[in-house]
Amino acid sequence: MEALVASAVGILTAAGIFLILRRRTFPVILGLSLITYAVNVFLFATGRLALDAPAVLNKYEDVPYTDPLPQALVLTAIVISFGMTAVIVMIALSAYLSSKDDHIDMTAQDSVDAPGEDA
Amino acid sequence: MNHWIVAPIVLPAILAPFIIMVLRYHLDLQRIFSVAGVIGLLGIALTITAQASGGDIQVYELGNWPAPFGIVMVLDRLSAMMVLLTALLALPIVLYAIASGWDERGKHFHALFHFQLMGVCGAFLTGDAFNLFVFFEVLLIASYGLMTHGGGAVRLKAGVQYVAYNLLGSTLFLFALGTLYGVTGTLNMADMAMRVAELPADDTALLRVGAVLLLLVFCIKAAVLPLHFWLPASYANAPLPVAALFAIMTKVGAYSILRMYTLGFGPEVEATQGLIGAWLQPAALVTLAIGTIGILGTQHIARMVAFCAIASMGTLLIAISLFTETATAAALYYIYHSTLATALLFLVADFVMERQGGSIEPKTPMPQSGLISALFFVGAIALAGMPPLSGFIGKLLVLDASRDAPDANAIWAVVLIGSFVTIVGLARAGSLIFWKSHDAQHNPTPEAEEKILAQPAPEPNAGLAFTSVFGLVLGLVMLTLFAGPALNYAGKTAEQLFTPEHYISAVLGGEE
Repeated sequence: MEALVASAVGILTAAGIFLILRRRTFPVILGLSLITYAVNVFLFATGRLALDAPAVLNKYEDVPYTDPLPQALVLTAIVISFGMTAVIVMIALSAYLSSKDDHIDMTAQDSVDAPGEDA
Repeated sequence: MNHWIVAPIVLPAILAPFIIMVLRYHLDLQRIFSVAGVIGLLGIALTITAQASGGDIQVYELGNWPAPFGIVMVLDRLSAMMVLLTALLALPIVLYAIASGWDERGKHFHALFHFQLMGVCGAFLTGDAFNLFVFFEVLLIASYGLMTHGGGAVRLKAGVQYVAYNLLGSTLFLFALGTLYGVTGTLNMADMAMRVAELPADDTALLRVGAVLLLLVFCIKAAVLPLHFWLPASYANAPLPVAALFAIMTKVGAYSILRMYTLGFGPEVEATQGLIGAWLQPAALVTLAIGTIGILGTQHIARMVAFCAIASMGTLLIAISLFTETATAAALYYIYHSTLATALLFLVADFVMERQGGSIEPKTPMPQSGLISALFFVGAIALAGMPPLSGFIGKLLVLDASRDAPDANAIWAVVLIGSFVTIVGLARAGSLIFWKSHDAQHNPTPEAEEKILAQPAPEPNAGLAFTSVFGLVLGLVMLTLFAGPALNYAGKTAEQLFTPEHYISAVLGGEE
């Protein structure tokens, strides 16, 4: 279990970083999504891994339980990363449509030494 | 419970959706409500600053859940002064955005503006680490909208870079929080500080990882070298009034460093020893150096001001990284100064760009160049740290506080040489833009020149635009005139920061 979760986080992060270092927008966004998946799984593990245990305390008997707080955190993190990914897709799309170019880096002519209105 | 504490978050949180949903098609009403909202925020900020200045730390328990189980808002001197700074900065900027017509170049400027204010105020007030993350996201997502406000291919492209960089930063923040939660089992800052102190010394490897990750996240926000690469392109390509508002965003990073590292990860905690002194201080020195080199090297006025922002963050973080009470007081004074001065220069840069474009080279003269060059001169003096304005006092305080530091020589050398290079860079830009405006190709006849100079200003309401910029100048002048009281407040704030026991007992009071 531990090895599975740890390697899942590791592989997702590694793949995400590899994709983020690409030059075009689409792989970069995919890489960001993979990294957010990795962090979601990682947050789950911060409450320690417990199998088949409910996320509530049982006040009548002493049964194993899993920490509910990380689950709430993951929920928040999922919602936020979901929204952020949607935003970056839209901005990237309009950047692509207005410049006909989906490279993430600035080219020489739209380099920031001639930004905004001057370009 | 004192409900004023949550008011700086609730007011923009209600106002922004109201503007979107009810006033969507009424720009005039949007403007009225937006300005009224900012004035209201200023009133609230003044009230809570007055309440906090007594030295009591007040806690607001959301949903009446006691800490550490519920999320708390904490009002101490530091959060109060930062909220006040946010409101003071927002007022001239929103007036400028209205006067210059920037708010009609795209949709939802005012709503996004207030969401941004909500995120910033929330980040300053919260006492919960995960809640800090959430407010970071609120201010970031609003800033994405503001940064790409008005559109344009280059701006959108810079926007993609900005969003991607910050998305990565947010992910890093989550990793840091997860690690810290795994070690301490809590997310409440005060509770975390207590548990960190109780942790056995041989069980701190994960804590160290968490603390380093957290510092990295805050350094991304504060644009500390080598994590500053997002800043010049984003700020220079954003609408410049928005860039002026973003002057507070780098300070959110600086605030978070101060808050977390005075509270829980100070030098007395063995696990995180050396993090501030050994790592942050050299990084801050290099940040200042690179910022000043950027000021000297760039060919574009907005980019030059962005490098000014980086350089002033360098000075600020040098003061923070000294980690003594006097140095922190100096840093707090410098936060006020550098935020106002950077915003001032961004607005002046907007005047210039609206009239003759942003490149720093000889061009034909522009209308109102006398007034604009005077404002540029004031802003340049303030940012470079020359007398008589507050930049001089701020830098003097930082240098004075670093006198006994082990690296005092390096700090003095970098700050002083940096100031000199800044002066040279700003003087070069100013003289090229305002004085050598007669190059051989564009040299107009005297009559033509008079015609150009008599042209009306491009801003729809130039009077208000200039008034709002003079408001920022007034802020700097007041900061200089009342440096004594301001420093007195900053000193007491630093004293409060360096006795974290009060903060902890105020938040967790019920338990003891």
